[in-house]
Amino acid sequence: MRPILLSGHERSLNQIKFNREGDLLFSVSKDNIVNAWFSHNGERLGTYEGHNGTVWSVDVDATSTLLITGSADNQMRLWEVSSGKCLFVWEFNTAAKRVAFSEDSTQVLVVTEARMGYRGAVQVFRINRDPDTWTEQSKQPTRTITFSGPKATVAAFAPLDQYIVTGHENGKVALYYHDEKDPETGIDAELEEKSVDAHGGEVITDLQMSSDRTYFVTSGKDKSAKLIDTKTLQIIKTYATETPLNSASIHPTKPYIIVGGGQEAMNVTTTSARQGRFETRFWHKVFEEECARLPGHFGPINTIAIHPAGKAYASGGEDGYVRVNWFDPGFFNSKLYGPDLELSLEDQ
Amino acid sequence: MPSAQAITNGTNGLSLEDEDIDFTDIEQKYALRFDEGLDDVILVDGVPVINQSRQQRLFETIQKRFKSHAGIHVDLEGMHIPYGPDGESKGYIFIEMASPEDAALAIRLMDGYAFDKKHRFSVNRFTDVEKLANLSEEYVEPPEEEYKSKEHLRSWLSDYSGRDQLVICRGDDVQIAWHNKSSQPEVAHNRTRWTDSYVQWSPLGTFLATFRRQGIELWGGSSWDRFMRFAHPGARLVDFSPNEKYMVTWSHEPIQVPDNLPQGPQYFSAEDEGNRVAVWEVRTGHLLRTFPVQQDDSAGPGQLKGFSWPFLKWSGDDKYCARLTPGQQISVYELPSMGLLDKKSIKIEGVVDFEWCPLGDKDRDAIEAWGDGKNPPKGAKKPKDNTLVFWVPEVDNQPARVTVMSVPTREVLRSKNLFNVSDCKLHWHPQGDYLCVKVDRHTKTKKSVFCNLELFRMREKDLPVEVIELKDPLTAFAWEPQGSHFAVISSNDPALGAGAPGITVKTQLSFFHLHPKGDFRLLKTLDNKTCNTLFWSPKGRHIVVATLGSSQKFDLEWYDVDFAHEIRQGSASADPSEDVKLIGSGEHYGITDLEWDPSGRYVATSASVWRHSLENGFAIWDFKGAELQKHVQDKFKQILWRPRPRTMLSKEEQKKVRRNLREIGKAFEEEDAAEESNLALAHRELYQRVLNEWKTWRARSRAELEELRKEYGKESVANIPQKLEQEATEEVQEWVEEILEETEEVVV
Repeated sequence: MRPILLSGHERSLNQIKFNREGDLLFSVSKDNIVNAWFSHNGERLGTYEGHNGTVWSVDVDATSTLLITGSADNQMRLWEVSSGKCLFVWEFNTAAKRVAFSEDSTQVLVVTEARMGYRGAVQVFRINRDPDTWTEQSKQPTRTITFSGPKATVAAFAPLDQYIVTGHENGKVALYYHDEKDPETGIDAELEEKSVDAHGGEVITDLQMSSDRTYFVTSGKDKSAKLIDTKTLQIIKTYATETPLNSASIHPTKPYIIVGGGQEAMNVTTTSARQGRFETRFWHKVFEEECARLPGHFGPINTIAIHPAGKAYASGGEDGYVRVNWFDPGFFNSKLYGPDLELSLEDQ
Repeated sequence: MPSAQAITNGTNGLSLEDEDIDFTDIEQKYALRFDEGLDDVILVDGVPVINQSRQQRLFETIQKRFKSHAGIHVDLEGMHIPYGPDGESKGYIFIEMASPEDAALAIRLMDGYAFDKKHRFSVNRFTDVEKLANLSEEYVEPPEEEYKSKEHLRSWLSDYSGRDQLVICRGDDVQIAWHNKSSQPEVAHNRTRWTDSYVQWSPLGTFLATFRRQGIELWGGSSWDRFMRFAHPGARLVDFSPNEKYMVTWSHEPIQVPDNLPQGPQYFSAEDEGNRVAVWEVRTGHLLRTFPVQQDDSAGPGQLKGFSWPFLKWSGDDKYCARLTPGQQISVYELPSMGLLDKKSIKIEGVVDFEWCPLGDKDRDAIEAWGDGKNPPKGAKKPKDNTLVFWVPEVDNQPARVTVMSVPTREVLRSKNLFNVSDCKLHWHPQGDYLCVKVDRHTKTKKSVFCNLELFRMREKDLPVEVIELKDPLTAFAWEPQGSHFAVISSNDPALGAGAPGITVKTQLSFFHLHPKGDFRLLKTLDNKTCNTLFWSPKGRHIVVATLGSSQKFDLEWYDVDFAHEIRQGSASADPSEDVKLIGSGEHYGITDLEWDPSGRYVATSASVWRHSLENGFAIWDFKGAELQKHVQDKFKQILWRPRPRTMLSKEEQKKVRRNLREIGKAFEEEDAAEESNLALAHRELYQRVLNEWKTWRARSRAELEELRKEYGKESVANIPQKLEQEATEEVQEWVEEILEETEEVVV
């Protein structure tokens, strides 16, 4: 499993994302650039230029036609994947920390930062997908959920876009009902349907859905990752590691959770690599045991993404590199706990 | 003096019938509590009898006396003097003090004060007067307390598989766990916030000491009930006597005796005030004595100048303890009275340090055989007296001197003069067989330091001494607990003197032994090491050397100093240096502590959050350096093996076990194998169950999702990997037609 090293960023990575087929990889970093890569050989397809600040978040739609990015320049931008053209720009009062397409790619949610007296919020926009008029988008969000309490750091759509899940700076995971036809605007306390304190007061750094969105994994600075049922918000599994985690992702075909993190970036210079633990770690999804770890980055890992068909995974680090690892056949054939403790594909 | 009775009866207007009603229950309920309101009033008896005209003068005089003698200001308004019908006063006065504290102080200081030749004050709390007056003259026997049987304090020793116990502190939790060979420690008892800081076993493992703001508590028995509490507020250090009969505690704060402190043999009294060290009897909880400690806080927090712990050093049989006053004397106290032996300290000009000789197994056997000395069995010898060794440095023309002294006779058994001494360390062999005095010596120019080992043979007549000279300064010395080896670490690294924390110093490891020819000889030297600490197995023969306190090196090495023991079968070896073998090595990242289990079978290493926060946790190794378990745990603090008392088996029984070791071992091996397969099976079942739970949950959530889809009337658009797989391997059928030949035929 020889990794492909993508060195197209000059600063630390913020998020990476595979498209649905897994042939393209999008990466955003603190250096304002959005890169698109061919995942199989690491060749750069192109860049999306226009942001004037750290790009915090990226998402691509199900057909790989539209790309959405959120940035610290208080903008969210819509791009055409194939041409690199910027189609539309939304302006906010504060930075756009997280963006995500809905399941059917007709809506977009954005988490905005709480700063300068503005409250943090989640806003949802309808996307006009008609190629002739897609440079005209509605500037008005269909709904806004404002956070009176601790701000949200991550968010995603639940299956069939029936709910919105948010992860908060105090470790809370909350569920909001989302009806596309009758979107409700208001403050979180009124709209929140369920919540659970998943990370014991520490900030949630990532939230990634399983392939059918019925469960998701969160990672937190409390050194743990949690597997949570989307419908009930019940914590199904806990993966307790030794370092603060920045990202966690669910492997779609094998029973693994891949987590990454490490010593806080600010402390890195004072500790050795060994103490930092800058490895990606593979945890068994069901048995909650660590199975493998893979070193490579020389700084904390900020973001992890897995190929939607489970053939590869990529990690982006504070060191500015993206490493794409294609799994060997051994990875798929191995039966770590013996044949009778294997999980069939449909049970993943 | 108005009583509750008087007040209730004083309400006039009650008709006669009412007087028949029994009000006592209501009276009791609403009775005024005097001790709250009248706490600041004292009764002073023994005041001169006067008449009204001299009242002012008397009050002023009393006010003056209170001021001068007790330093308390008394208001003239607060004094009240009752007069008899003849106009003469009754010889006592009431004084209302400014506060209950002042009243308490006045009682303490003014009671028994001689006002003049004829009059002596007797001061009491006003509220006590009634109590004292009503004191029943008749003796009532207190009800006999029912005997409650306590749990056996050594129950842990009767574990069927002879496992050892551990105490593990992590975060706020304290766990008592059984150590298992192949699986993780089995928690037998878990308590959150059991202690405010750390925990400590008593030396024989009977009690676990926990530290609280209010004092120290000892716990024991199978259900870990509290055995005893010792009210020494803020106690932070505890030291037990070797047979855990007595206990010494130290608190940073001087003892204060508030008035509401209960009185009794378990509590401090006024004369303990200001002291910091307390000596207790463990079984009864009685306070035996307290000591003041001159401590100088100027050295900064945590560093107390002129204070060393243990404050008291105990003789091996718990009969004496002794305290050093540096440069002046050694004070030996007798137990249990804690009185000074022969009512005077041993004056030794310039004494720097001393150590008691520990009791070996032989000595203990002798003590047991001797009994109380009244009718010793035939052949039993009187056990030898306790001995201690101390040393004094060079002063003027006097050489430095090491002296071995017998206690209580104060007879000097042996004394040796030493020259060019910069420092001495006293190392007793744990069995009391030998004494090694490590002498750091300097050359005449005082530029370089080297080291001498003065070895005293304690079991031979006149205590012969031999000397081993070493070129380099020693950094560590350790006797083999059972046997006649010792290990030393020396260093000639120039970085040694710098002593910066975290710097790794190059060291040499050397082993010495008692040669069959009768002298101590070097066995082997291993160069180019980084180790700095020695840990002998409690049973001897095996030793772990570790690099602690370094920021880069965390090496552990296991040595066997008698490698060919089984092969040689008791005969002398041809080349003794061949007997020292490295049998295992390892690394525990961030190691801060290491401890052998009491049986010498396992070693626990740990990285405590008290020192740093990197990879905290513990590992357990076997005696030959194979890592058995490793647990990395956040906020891990402390792991301690529970010590074991001395074996109950007689020498013959021990020999028998040793002879039949193989057969006994067989049975255990079978059990181990059975347990292991059981464990594996249990694991398997657990995994299977977890997996099935997962499958059930997934099936349910899948079904729910399917239903939802139908309800919404939506096709699945999620990135189902199977679907992707199909798309990726889509079969494309292509029909290619190729015209191979074209001929035109004209049909006629």
